[in-house]
Amino acid sequence: MRRLLGPAAALLLGLGWAGEARGEHLVVALSSHQVQINSSFVGTDLVLFGSIERDEKSVARNGGYDIVVRVTGPPQTEVTRRKDRVVGIWVNTESRMFIDAPGYLAMLSNRPLNEIAGPEGLRRYRIGLENVTFPQLISGDIGDVPLNDPFRMAFLRLNRELRLYREVPNAVTFLTPNLFRAAIRIPANVPVGTYLVDANLFAEGVMLASSNSAIEIQKVGFEQFVASSARDHGLLYGLATAGLALLTGWIASVVFRRD
Amino acid sequence: MEIYLPIADLPVNLFLLFFMGIAVGFISGMFGIGGGFLMTPLLIFIGITPAVAVASVASHISASSFSGVIAYWRRSAIDIALALMLLCGGIIGTAAGVWLFTFLRSIGQLDITIGLSYVILLDIVGCMMIAESVRAIMRARQGKPAELRRPGSHTWIHGLPFKIRFKQSKIYVSAIPVCVIGFVIGFIGAVMGIGGGFLLVPALIYLMRVPTGVVVGTSMFLTLVTMSGATVMHAATNHLVDAVLALTLMVGGVIGAQFGVRAGQRIRGEQLRLLLGILVFLVGLRFAYDLILRPDELYSVRLLENGM
Repeated sequence: MRRLLGPAAALLLGLGWAGEARGEHLVVALSSHQVQINSSFVGTDLVLFGSIERDEKSVARNGGYDIVVRVTGPPQTEVTRRKDRVVGIWVNTESRMFIDAPGYLAMLSNRPLNEIAGPEGLRRYRIGLENVTFPQLISGDIGDVPLNDPFRMAFLRLNRELRLYREVPNAVTFLTPNLFRAAIRIPANVPVGTYLVDANLFAEGVMLASSNSAIEIQKVGFEQFVASSARDHGLLYGLATAGLALLTGWIASVVFRRD
Repeated sequence: MEIYLPIADLPVNLFLLFFMGIAVGFISGMFGIGGGFLMTPLLIFIGITPAVAVASVASHISASSFSGVIAYWRRSAIDIALALMLLCGGIIGTAAGVWLFTFLRSIGQLDITIGLSYVILLDIVGCMMIAESVRAIMRARQGKPAELRRPGSHTWIHGLPFKIRFKQSKIYVSAIPVCVIGFVIGFIGAVMGIGGGFLLVPALIYLMRVPTGVVVGTSMFLTLVTMSGATVMHAATNHLVDAVLALTLMVGGVIGAQFGVRAGQRIRGEQLRLLLGILVFLVGLRFAYDLILRPDELYSVRLLENGM
């Protein structure tokens, strides 16, 4: 019972406090907090429902509300390499290491981001793929690079092509002026781990409130078993696979024996 | 029906994989080879990373060569002594190949090395096979008898020390070239994801003068051990062997091989070698095309594992 009461109390406190500080606050619910990758996993769609709660301090908003939902996957280190022509063939030459880049990053909104807030505001709230920092390891130091850095641009482009990074300006729909839903598309090639979901409420270019929740993506069942044994017990896993190969070969020779 | 591959981390159509297994198995049964040089490129082509493809194909080859070994064993068409001597070099070669594979992967040059090795090796071997089989076909057309094994013809290889008599193959050769051949086959097999049967068979016939009757069985025995070893070593060091992928391929492969063997028996030897030569050459050409043409995307992104 205490285990249940703890988070509930925290939630109430948090909501109450946020409501007091600002005129509006957000109440959100995810259709699921867990995504399980099994052998038939081809990606999934999650839905975030949210309600904009107003209180007596809320002022009238002429421009209406905007919602930006940011989904951030687990941090991972990735290498971006560039091919150059060396004696007639294309070879990987230069490379850059991106430290703790999100394995998945989605910016979901109800209209194009540049209509929701000005460039200054988007940068401050780190809304939009352009405004997220992707620290690189450059000769021993970790630092961000300008937006037009070719490696940074290639990194974003490739991740967009893999559908791991996305900006979807129509993923959030308002059901009523104060009630919205956001469609979160999880493609099949996502990394496993904890995904942070922040829903941000904007009005007239200013962030009024935000709400955080999380999704856990994990491999389950047979997939989990295979992946973890390959990683943790490599030698045994290899012996088992080789054994499986011999068994398959032996069965075939018995089944198809013709003499 | 899509199936999610746990190590390759992507969903692939199960029937496509199974069909690829059958198709490559058919060809491997027809020519008496493992078929790795076809399977690895096919897997890369459907989007599996070269590293996972090479590591997983090793177990596929060990399955198909084991059923081959059993069949040749029943006909006692394996020279065990020769196979064991080849293995001395083969196991060391495989370990060296897995080491090089790991090293190249860490510096980001694995894909290019696999590509380049395919171009060089397959195109040279393909050309040699085409030339040899065309000569044989021409001879047959002119009504001359097929070139027989010349027991008297010796090359410098036969002058090397540590000579051993291999009774079943009826040859008396030095242990050094046998070990070297085993080493080379094991090494390139581990790096390129091929069993090496299409290299080993001609090497044993032309360099060692092993009679054709025992050469395929003996070659399959070596492939079986080196590829099983490569599976275990790749799994233990690189954690890249996808068992689901491998199992699907090997089940398709052993079925396809049965039909391939029957088809192969209807075609004359030199015509079979010409077909194989053309196939080998074309696969090499396909890799050359990728290396020489400016790629659409110059950049690539790869996840770094923990601890690297």
